[in-house]
Order: sequence, then structure tokens, then C-alpha cells
Amino acid sequence: MTQEAQDAVGDYKYGFHDPESATIRFDKGLSEQVVRDISELKGEPEWMTDIRVKAYHHFMEREMPTWGNCDSLAGIDFDNVTYFLRSSDKTEKDWDDVPDDIKRTFDRLGIPEAEQKWLGGVTAQYESEAVYHSIREDLEEQGVLFLDMDSGLKEHPEIVKKYFGTVVPHTDNKFSALNTAVWSGGSFIYVPKGVHVEMPVQAYFRINAKNMGQFERTLIIADEGSSIHYVEGCTAPTYSTDSLHSAVVELIAMEGAKIRYSTVQNWSANVYNLVTKRGVAHKNATVEWVDGNIGSKLTMKYPAVLLKGEGAHAEVISVAYAGEGQHQDAGAKVHHLAPNTTSNILSKSISKNGGRSSYRGMLQVTPKAAGCRSKVVCDALMLDEDSRSDTYPTMEIGNSTADLEHEASVSKVSGDQLFYLMSRGHTEEEAMGMIVNGFFEPFTRELPMEYAVELNRLLELEMEGSIG
Amino acid sequence: MTEVLLRVENLHVSVGDTPIIQGISLEMNRGEIHAIMGRNGAGKSTLANVIMGHPAYQITNGAIHYKGQNIEDMEVFERARAGMFLSFQYPAAIPGVQVGTFLRKSVASVRGEAPSPRAFRQELNEAMKQLDMDKSFLSRYVNDGFSGGEKKRLEILQMLLLQPHLALLDETDSGLDIDALRIVAEGINAVAKDTGCLIITHYQRLLDLVKPDVVHVLIDGKIVESGGPELALKLEKEGYDWVDALA
Repeated sequence: MTQEAQDAVGDYKYGFHDPESATIRFDKGLSEQVVRDISELKGEPEWMTDIRVKAYHHFMEREMPTWGNCDSLAGIDFDNVTYFLRSSDKTEKDWDDVPDDIKRTFDRLGIPEAEQKWLGGVTAQYESEAVYHSIREDLEEQGVLFLDMDSGLKEHPEIVKKYFGTVVPHTDNKFSALNTAVWSGGSFIYVPKGVHVEMPVQAYFRINAKNMGQFERTLIIADEGSSIHYVEGCTAPTYSTDSLHSAVVELIAMEGAKIRYSTVQNWSANVYNLVTKRGVAHKNATVEWVDGNIGSKLTMKYPAVLLKGEGAHAEVISVAYAGEGQHQDAGAKVHHLAPNTTSNILSKSISKNGGRSSYRGMLQVTPKAAGCRSKVVCDALMLDEDSRSDTYPTMEIGNSTADLEHEASVSKVSGDQLFYLMSRGHTEEEAMGMIVNGFFEPFTRELPMEYAVELNRLLELEMEGSIG
Repeated sequence: MTEVLLRVENLHVSVGDTPIIQGISLEMNRGEIHAIMGRNGAGKSTLANVIMGHPAYQITNGAIHYKGQNIEDMEVFERARAGMFLSFQYPAAIPGVQVGTFLRKSVASVRGEAPSPRAFRQELNEAMKQLDMDKSFLSRYVNDGFSGGEKKRLEILQMLLLQPHLALLDETDSGLDIDALRIVAEGINAVAKDTGCLIITHYQRLLDLVKPDVVHVLIDGKIVESGGPELALKLEKEGYDWVDALA
């Protein structure tokens, strides 16, 4: 990397970029023709083209959200976004067949190494489409389907048609409409009845091109009594102009099934990260979101769970770190729609150097949901006076038998803590790093160990050179 | 050969505009134990904190020399790495940071290199055994929800592992029952041969177990009397009223 590039990247260690290697690149801007062209290029069935076109028109008519960070949202120039960029002609099963420059990127990100050590399967997406995909043979033999979404649609159209858009319809919000219109890539997973996928499977999303829009679409179905842990990581180079990441994730946990979805979002500080994530939990099923937001310019993301069947359980553990120029507007939504459903929401946020973090939460208990329990805990830690933290909790309680707890705290790093740690030989930055890692520990301990170590290291890097 | 480890010279210290320490001088050699006694508010803890470099205290006059060097410009962590250690009266809690991790990182920082995991584990086991500490301590969060006695034991455990040259012990005996006091005293005695210890205390009972070479009586930010161990016994018997006349 040149010195100039290094300066622009600053502390963000994934800020490198490689020369673009597009085999197909659409002109910037969005129109019905662009949407149709994407669908045609992919050779999709007509029903999918129809959904895309319908979603496109909804996107054009739909207003921008009137909450979150309107000023920042107004800065998105939809005409200056590349909506589709193919960088490799097919999805490979062997890293050696992935184009060299792209493979190098994933090597630097440590993906092939992680795959060998502790993952059950990997999808690596570069720009709009997956360039690499593999699943362990034993999982394949048990009938587990783990494909990139485009291949999922090709090979299992009946499953995709049955579930696509049932959890997050295109009419849900402006960005779910946009995603439905131009989606490309993402993961498709089906776990058959009673199968437990013991090792996590991972998808890694990388944006490399400037002004790129990445719109992956993920659909995970865990059939009765099955379980899976899906891990998602993402990074992008640091450019002076913005990129847009607008994904939709739909999870369906059938009776007695369990899905855990872990994310460590580490986009560079020029990426708008506007994602709709929602899961449905049927009878006695569990949906867990473990959601970490470290990077991006603006994140608006509220992983949601619809507790649809009796005895279903939701767990949403999230952390947000907002540094200079960043706004993390994140939280959780849980809808108790059936009796005896339970949920836990734990949200932790850190703001530093003028960064802003907001917790936005929704807890709904419908009249039908007798005997449900929910606990919401929000903790914010401010590292200086210039930063900002807000909490916007909403509760709609329609059943008086609900047992609800809500706790919120805002704290600052105390001088006593810093002095104590420094008296044990730690610099102020190191001391701050320890305090921050400790604050996020309830989140970190839920991650696979390799991820937890990486996250702690990232946060320590964030604390470096930041104390004046 | 005696080595002057700590020399405090006509030290004046304020917090904001309030003067707390008003002219203290003392000199301590390596291997010596000094006790600082006095009532609440006399400036005892301030003395320990200012020697360690607490940013809330300003030195308005005088100087502190450690190993022959004026340490006014040394950062807190540099003092720690140079072999200074403060056992806190009220150690801060660090939620989410496990004791084991904290100890390993602190030892690495102070020694300048990470010990091998195996050697460190052995060292840790021995020190914890000496202090009668259960291994379950290691997975708890630093001082988070600890009883007073547990906090003090963790302080002494750190002292054993960090092997300081100068140990400042700020009311390490308060809040300890008699068994814990004995264990903590053994810990102090174990390092005291090579270390200069400045023990801040209200009570004689720790000094029965850790024998001081010099006892200083602090009143209103000044040392009004210094002497041998008999001075501590006299204070125990007669209280502080007689020293007020000296102030």
C-alpha cells in the first residue's frame, strides 16, 4: 500500500483495496431495466423477475425513514451506486481456482485458514456474487444445503419460492424493497429435520470497488428439531466516497429448531450499512442474534424475532462501537405473538471521539401472548465528553400477564479504573482497551473463540493513538 | 551496601486548592519496612497515591526520588514498570476482565515480556497457594463483587507476582479477619527482604506480624514523630492525643 493510501486508511486494518477485476459491471444508477437486466443475467425464473420489479416500484415510491439519522441518510446518492458487479465468472469450490487477486484478499482476511481450522462451510462473496463456496462432506451427506443464494434459487427453486420474502416482505421498508429489487449473492441454507450442524458455517462479505452497492440476500431454514450456527463477517476498503450495503436476512426456525446468527460487522467508515434481519421462531424454537457493529459510517439495523409458536424463545445480544464520524443506530425487536414465549435482549454500546450510538428497541406483546417473559438490558459506555448515546425503547404490551424487566445504564470510564490499571504497568491506551473489552465481554463470550480474539484485538487497535 | 530506594524531600501536595501534605521528608533503603500511622484525613493515603503518580494530586513543592531519580515526570505505568507497586485501599472493579487475564497481562507489562504460559501457571499456582486462594478466583472479574478481604488478597497476589522493589501498602490490613491478616502478612514478609515497604495503617495488629524498621506518625500532612517499633506500641496504648501536642 502507498503511504497516501495508508494515511487514508488510518487505523482500519482492512482498508486496503485491490484493483477492480470486473467481468461485468453495470452502469451506475437504478432503473426498472437495471433490475430486469440483473434477473436476466442470472437466468432467473419469471416469478423472481416479477418480485424484483414489484419491489423496485415500491422502492421508488417509498419515503426514506423519518427516524434514525435522516441527515446522514439524505447523503446517499442512489444514482451514484453501482448495483451489480461480477468479478468472477463462477463460484469455485477450490481456493486455487479463485482468481489470484481475489484469493489474495481473502488470504489477508484469514478466511481459508479459518475454514480449515474450525468451520463447517464457507461462502466468500466479493462485490455482488460468491466467488468461493464449500461445505464439509459430512454435512452434505446429512442433507444440509448450504449454497450461495443464486445457486440456491437455481437448484432449489421450490424451497426459495415457498419462503423468500415471507419473513421480510419487500414492503417492509425502503431498504428491504431495494434489496428485493437488486439482490445478489448471500447464503441459502436448509437444515433437515433433526440434524445438528455442530461446527459454525461462515459467510464473508467483501466490498472492493468504489461506490459499490452490495445487496446480499440470506435465507436460512432450520427444519424441526435441527440446529445451526451461522457466522457472518464483512469488511471494505476505505474510500473517500461512500458505498452502500443493504442486506436482507430471513431466518425460519421450525418447531423445536435453533438458529444462531452471529455477525461481526466491520465495514470501513465510508459504508452505509442498512440491513433488515428478521427471524421467525415456531413452537419451542429458538432464534438468537449475536450482532456486533464496529465499523460503517451509519448502521441502521434492528435484528428482529417473531415468536410465533408457543414456548418459542428469542435472544438478541448486540454491541455497537461508534468512533469518530460514526453513528450506530442499532437495537432489537421482539414480537411475542404466542403464549409462554420468552426473550432476552442485551445491548451494549460504546461511543468515542464524537461517535454516536443509539439503542432503538421494540418489544411487543400481543393479547394472545399470555404468560410470556422478557428481559431488556441496555448499557452504554461513554469514553469522552464529545460522544453521544441515546436510548429509544418502545414497548407495546397487550397482555397483562406478561412478566417484563427493563434495565438501562449509561456510564463513563472512571479515573480510578484507569489509575488502577496503569499502576499495574499498562499505558492509558492499554488500560482503556481492557476496560472496553471487559464491557463487551458478555457479547464476546458468545462468539466462537477465534472471532472473540479478533474482536478484542480490533477494539484494542481502536483505543490506540486516541488518548490526548 | 545500603541503597537509598525512596527519598521524599520536603513534599507538599494539594488536591485542587486544598493542601493535603505540607512538608514531608523521609528516606527508605531497600529491604526496609516503614510504617506510616495517623488518624483518618492525616494525608496517609495521599502520600501513597502521590508516590504512585495519581493524576488528581499536584506536587506544589518538594520532590520524590526513586532509585536516585526525580520521578515527577514519570507516567504511572512507567513507575510500575520501574518496580513501584501500590496495594490499593479501595481497588477499582474492572467488570468483564477476568483475574487470570489481568494478572498475565500485568506481569507481561511490568516485566517487559510475556512469561511462558507454563512458567506463569506454575508461579501463579504457588502464589495462590501461599495466600490460600481458590483457583476459581481466576475466572472472576477483577474486584467485581469481591468482599473487602478478597480484594486485599488479590492486591497481595499481584504484589507477589509483580515482585516490586518498592511496595506501597495502603491500609492493606483493613477489613481483614485475623486469619486473612496472618496470610497477608506472610505475603508481605515474603517480598520484604528485597523490597522497600511503606505500610500505611491505623492499627498495631499488622505491625505485630510485619515488623517495621521505622514508624512515622503523620498529623495534618506532616510527620511529627519518627521512631522504632516501640512508637507503634505506644500509639496503640495511648492513642494519638499525646502526638497532637507535637503538631
